[in-house]
Amino acid sequence: MIGQLTVSERQSALIILLFIVLWGLSMAIAGHGDLLGPQGWIVLLAGVLGLFGVMSGYYAPEPGADRLTRYYDDPSKVGIILAMIWAVIGMFVGVWVATLLAYPDLTFDAGWASFGRLRPVHTSGVIFGFGGNALIATSFYVMQRTCRTRLPDQLTPWFVLLGYNLFCLLAASGYLMGITQSKEYAEPEWYADIWLVIVWVTYFVLYLRVLMRRKEPHIYVANWYYMAFILVVAILHIVNNLAMPISFGSAKSYSAFSGVQDAMTQWWYGHNAVAFFLTAGFLGMMYYFMPKRAGRPIYSYRLSIISFWGITFFYMWAGSHHLHYTALPHWVQTLGMTFSVMLLVPSWASAGNALMTLNGAWHKVRDDATLRFMMVAAVFYGLSTFEGSFMAIRSVNSLSHYTDWTVGHVHAGALGWVAMITFGSIYAAVPWLWKREAMYSARLVEAHFWLALAGTLIYVFAMWNSGIIQGLMWRTYNESGRLAYSFIDSLVAMHPYYIARAIGGLFFLIGAVIGAYNIWMTIRTAPEGAAAKVSERPDPVLAGGLPADVPANIPALQPGE
Amino acid sequence: MSVFGFHYKLERKAIGLVLAIVAVASIGGLVEIAPLFTIHQTVEDAPDMRVYTPLELAGRNIYIREGCYACHSQMIRTLRDEVERYGPYSLAVESKYDHPMLWGSKRTGPDLARIGEKYSDDWHVAHLNNPRDVVPESVMPAYRWLLRNELETADLGLHLKALRKVGVPYTDEMIANAPADAYGQAAPDTPQAEGVSKRYGKDTTVRAFDSRPGRLTEMDAVVAYLQVLGRLTPVASKPVAALTAPAQVPVKTTSGK
Repeated sequence: MIGQLTVSERQSALIILLFIVLWGLSMAIAGHGDLLGPQGWIVLLAGVLGLFGVMSGYYAPEPGADRLTRYYDDPSKVGIILAMIWAVIGMFVGVWVATLLAYPDLTFDAGWASFGRLRPVHTSGVIFGFGGNALIATSFYVMQRTCRTRLPDQLTPWFVLLGYNLFCLLAASGYLMGITQSKEYAEPEWYADIWLVIVWVTYFVLYLRVLMRRKEPHIYVANWYYMAFILVVAILHIVNNLAMPISFGSAKSYSAFSGVQDAMTQWWYGHNAVAFFLTAGFLGMMYYFMPKRAGRPIYSYRLSIISFWGITFFYMWAGSHHLHYTALPHWVQTLGMTFSVMLLVPSWASAGNALMTLNGAWHKVRDDATLRFMMVAAVFYGLSTFEGSFMAIRSVNSLSHYTDWTVGHVHAGALGWVAMITFGSIYAAVPWLWKREAMYSARLVEAHFWLALAGTLIYVFAMWNSGIIQGLMWRTYNESGRLAYSFIDSLVAMHPYYIARAIGGLFFLIGAVIGAYNIWMTIRTAPEGAAAKVSERPDPVLAGGLPADVPANIPALQPGE
Repeated sequence: MSVFGFHYKLERKAIGLVLAIVAVASIGGLVEIAPLFTIHQTVEDAPDMRVYTPLELAGRNIYIREGCYACHSQMIRTLRDEVERYGPYSLAVESKYDHPMLWGSKRTGPDLARIGEKYSDDWHVAHLNNPRDVVPESVMPAYRWLLRNELETADLGLHLKALRKVGVPYTDEMIANAPADAYGQAAPDTPQAEGVSKRYGKDTTVRAFDSRPGRLTEMDAVVAYLQVLGRLTPVASKPVAALTAPAQVPVKTTSGK
């Protein structure tokens, strides 16, 4: 890893790591006696480990100029491994908290092990740990190939990837200690938020540098989505996390906004974290890996334009549907509802474009679980966006809001769409990255697929049932015109569904563990005889080959992969 | 030039694409969020509303720390069944001093916007210590450490100061006396208790919330906070006509059995 950095990059890495050590040290000192202190020690430790890592390879010979003839894929490889580690951690905690709702005493008498602190470890672990690492890893892979250029240097991608994971680590460890802003999906406190801004701006500049150096006249559609993901998440993150720390020696801060303005800002953030983190980024993934795996070009260039700009424009209006019938002014609720319904058009344009791309490759979908992961992802994307538009209608929302239906909807999207497209893309990318013929075991990919699908269906059906029962029980009146059920009646009715949900989640977790094992074995064991053959394949980068005016809507940009 | 023709050119320019994405994505937020700060009717007037005492604020921070907001909302919607179950629907002004708001998004447990003074302190202490002691079917976690942990009060002045910077009207006196006021609110008949009534109003609840006046625990703070929920201003209980800016949504009748 260090051996591939030039000497000047190694020196820059040491300087950056030194700054991180100093940052950690100052946090540890200033935060002595506060929860900020232990967070400082984590930063300090990460910095020191990094310093040792760089020093251990500092005197290795410099890489030759021939490195510039190949894509730089090591950050993608590490990113995929990190994504799988976070997937297993995040989903394990998810199963744990799901079980706690059925059996609340299955825990320890300690703050870190209580539901309220574990839940954000689950949500951040899967969204930011698993999803974020997968997005960063695949974006590095896709941007190089669709721009037919190499990453501009070898240090920046490492800074982005590892810096991002430091953020995830600060977030998860902070929740266990009790550090949180309480803003859903934006729980990390001010110091971690500032660090993420630094990492994120670097990520954006890196992406822009690659686009500027591209040898394709057109920017391929996957890059539009990755760019929108990076840009809009930056805007959302900065605005929603504006806060006043009580001092530089404390982890605690107070949000700049309060009450209704804070609620609107938070759900403008929250809904668009779904839109631009969990949708746009993963659509970028889909627009590259699905056509590549299917061997078919994207069905329609025009549909991809319509859906991209529709999603970018409409989604930003939709957040207020989280606040129907609340103290948020009525006109904002109505705007949110209207745009949420309109959002169905670009969403289904994307899902349809993806499924039509498979025309002519359905036999592959039947035989290849990797492609089937992507196909099912597109189907769930279509289903959950329909459900989302439906639930945003005010009168539907009066029933569904505050219930498990919302939880079911989120997981239809998160398990069915986000995780499925990610697993499909990872199973496609791992053999390409590690120069293997195929995954270690196709049967384990099959097993993972069916576990994931079964787990998702069990989960979603359980939550639909519990959510609708809950919503109906809360508003049912008896003959004398009084509420028929107490709150605790509705909670008791949830018990069987909470057990079913934990089982569904467990299926999904087992699938992810199998996936992690399969990926690990693919990396470790090269199939006999295949290694030599694969290494003879021409390296795709800078090999020329395609004429410069290839239309941007043809995804198969490089021969030889 | 057709739309697609224009796009055919746009997608060849990295900076152009970046600017277009930022412009198109900014509109929704600008239209929906910016006016909430400028339109006066967005937040009703409640001149008699008081701020959180240091003890209540500390309790609120523990509520946040333990993630209570993940299962309890603090926002009663303008729906008949919610008003009958939880009380008058929530007004925007009631969370005017909430940095951040804790409206919540999920009711695994019931709404807490008006839980204040509905249950006794003893009930809350027993319930937080182990919910299944008082509600056998409950799935809420037991927060036994709240009774064990002494409340950290030394930096409460800094908390009030930070809140003043973001717009909560704490006075210099409140900031200077924050730790003493936190102690006094849970220690009736002490000089510190008198200070609380003086600074935050005589209606402020001063009680030994965990029934141990000598010792200030995290339990004191959480119970003090829960007991003030929905009681910082009585504005929501007044007839609608009395409000300077009535809520925009009439109570909707939902279909019942």
